[in-house]
Amino acid sequence: MSKNSMLAMVLAGGRGSRLKDLTNKVAKPAVSFGGKYRIIDFPLSNCANSGIDIVGVLTQYESVLLNSYAAGGRIWGLDSKDSGVFILPPREKADAGLDVYRGTADAISQNIDFIDSYDPEYLLVLSGDHIYKMNYDKMLQAHIDKKADATIAVIGVPKKEASRFGIMNTAEDGRIIEFEEKPEHPKSNLASMGIYIFSWKLLRKMLVADMKNNESNHDFGKDIIPTMLNDGKALYAYKFKGYWKDVGTIDSLWEANMDLLDKSNELNLADPSWKIYTEDAIELPQYIGPDAEVKNAYVTQGCRIEGKVENSVLFTGTTIGKGAKVKDTVLMPGASVAPGAKVTRALIADGVKIGKGAVVGNAKSENILLVAKDVKGGK
Amino acid sequence: MAKAFGIVAPAGGYIKVEGLQDFRPINAFSFLGRYRIIDFPLSSFSNSGIERIQVYATNENPRSLAEHIGSGRIYNINSKRGLLQMMFSKEDFLNEVYNTDIKAYMDNISIIERMHQPYVIITPGYMVFKQDYEQLLEEHVKTGADITLLYHKVNNANTSYRNCFTLNLNRQRGVKSIEMNNGCTADRNIFMDTYVMSKDLFIQLLYDAKVISSIYRMVDIVNSKCEELDIRSVQHKGYFAAITDFKSYYDSNMELLDYDISSEMFSDEWPIYTRTTDSCPVRYINGSSIKNSMVANGCLIEGKVENSVIGRGVEIRKGAVVKNCIVMGHSIIDAGVHIEYQVVDKWAKITNIKQLLAPSDKPGYIKRLDTI
Repeated sequence: MSKNSMLAMVLAGGRGSRLKDLTNKVAKPAVSFGGKYRIIDFPLSNCANSGIDIVGVLTQYESVLLNSYAAGGRIWGLDSKDSGVFILPPREKADAGLDVYRGTADAISQNIDFIDSYDPEYLLVLSGDHIYKMNYDKMLQAHIDKKADATIAVIGVPKKEASRFGIMNTAEDGRIIEFEEKPEHPKSNLASMGIYIFSWKLLRKMLVADMKNNESNHDFGKDIIPTMLNDGKALYAYKFKGYWKDVGTIDSLWEANMDLLDKSNELNLADPSWKIYTEDAIELPQYIGPDAEVKNAYVTQGCRIEGKVENSVLFTGTTIGKGAKVKDTVLMPGASVAPGAKVTRALIADGVKIGKGAVVGNAKSENILLVAKDVKGGK
Repeated sequence: MAKAFGIVAPAGGYIKVEGLQDFRPINAFSFLGRYRIIDFPLSSFSNSGIERIQVYATNENPRSLAEHIGSGRIYNINSKRGLLQMMFSKEDFLNEVYNTDIKAYMDNISIIERMHQPYVIITPGYMVFKQDYEQLLEEHVKTGADITLLYHKVNNANTSYRNCFTLNLNRQRGVKSIEMNNGCTADRNIFMDTYVMSKDLFIQLLYDAKVISSIYRMVDIVNSKCEELDIRSVQHKGYFAAITDFKSYYDSNMELLDYDISSEMFSDEWPIYTRTTDSCPVRYINGSSIKNSMVANGCLIEGKVENSVIGRGVEIRKGAVVKNCIVMGHSIIDAGVHIEYQVVDKWAKITNIKQLLAPSDKPGYIKRLDTI
């Protein structure tokens, strides 16, 4: 395939500050998820599996790790002659000083030259921090069938939670009549997933105008979409059914990991026809020791379990010592629980060591305990 | 840049691993759940800075080997300076004795002659060990030997190491002769079928062998030169397994269930590379029980597993019991099935039979793609 009809741009610049210490040194899309993945593996694998060849990744906050991780695109097989993943942090330009991306739309605007160089017919704009599997090619088909100017993926959310989202009010044929950002009294339960397909020529024109507009926040949700609706453009909702999660907080990140324990979970990472690709770890298979007990767990390569594990997700290279008990817990890559320690209802950050005999977390706590610093052992 | 190129030698026709070898050459055998035997020599070459490598295929179906090693990129070999070549030769189907390593090299002699590196390191594709070849080459150059051979000292050659050669050494570790392990003596120096020599001598030996006998193997021609040439040996330390029969395949996998042994073999400083299949982590469902086992990604464990090596994407269903087994990738042990001391080849399904037990000294084998 040499002509790319659709190019993807992934917004990966956000810090995700509600993830607290997890995003001190990395952007949210680089946060680990599901034992062996990073959050950004999901949109990028979706792109690869949907037959998209060129992906731009817009980075800003703490981008060093993301840059080295995503550059080249090899992890997702996007490294053939006509494909690639391109990291696009803000840059200095001849007619303007070095500036940050002022909003989601501005991040695209500042890379119009990059997009133009591939001359795509359609532009797919994605958020780099959601967990889901989706075939963007099917969404493009819907966009073409409806002769839409823009198509926005939506998902049905429980009515009482709808006021946390950007809500689309649609006509029967799916045409979007109204868009309300976090409405107090939502009229529908169709929440925007932050996935947009635009016809590039039209969007390009709008972005150029938006850049010159001093009133604008340069944001898709706040500016571009409302303007399109005002202009009477054809905007359609594309209904997505399946697993979708914004892992914005420690609790929701923990919860999304726990969802994987359910054998029939909708995300189904075991499906060989839609794999999520990630960096390959040079590690032994997981080793379960002679005295270990493993009950209802999601465990990846390089783990070493000598103690007791229940209802937990263990990321690459974690270790659990003899007599240690880990329950309702997520251990991020390289975290270790020393012999005799007890960890309950917690999320242990990358590389954190829980010392011998230490007791961490509480089965009755309302929120999940984030442990981002080593915990010293007891006597 | 390394002064040597590497050769991964094919297993001689005298080596047969019953069962598994019907489906692929030994170097493509799956090992410890996620590796293939070829990963060990290739990782050692790569870690030693050797980036020009020839892998010799045998007449066994090389499909899985070719797919696995690919362009060599997974082994961290520079894609411009380095080159991983698969070498083929026309094999004699009428008489297996003609299919020697020497014949395979001679069929590709023009390529060997064109190699820029002044030295060659030959190592087998059917043994599991790690070796710093840069160090070995340095030692070889320093001593001024014509040929340096690698060996491993063992004390159980009478019961193991079938189809392996042994080195008879003088007190300075000079090689007096090489002979097949006859199983009569426990203490032996097992030859690791690994040679270091100059490229010129290597080529000379190939031509010499051709003159003496068409069925000569590398080991024969080197043995015949023990008087004439300065052939020395270096002792290998660390984990070593020779996959030269079915039992040794089983035993070596089981040995590595001892985490002290496996963590020494698989250390961060000497990565063993392999091809990822992008399978998801392992799911242990409520009711599962697992002890002293290695489990590769993509598995679904609902039953009971003990002292076993479980390959990628294996399903062990409710109530199944798997003890002292090697279950290779994508096989299914159905609900309630009880197996012990079995090697289950890939994509097999054990469902109808409820119990399959073998004695510990004679593990059983379930064929690839079989349903029983």
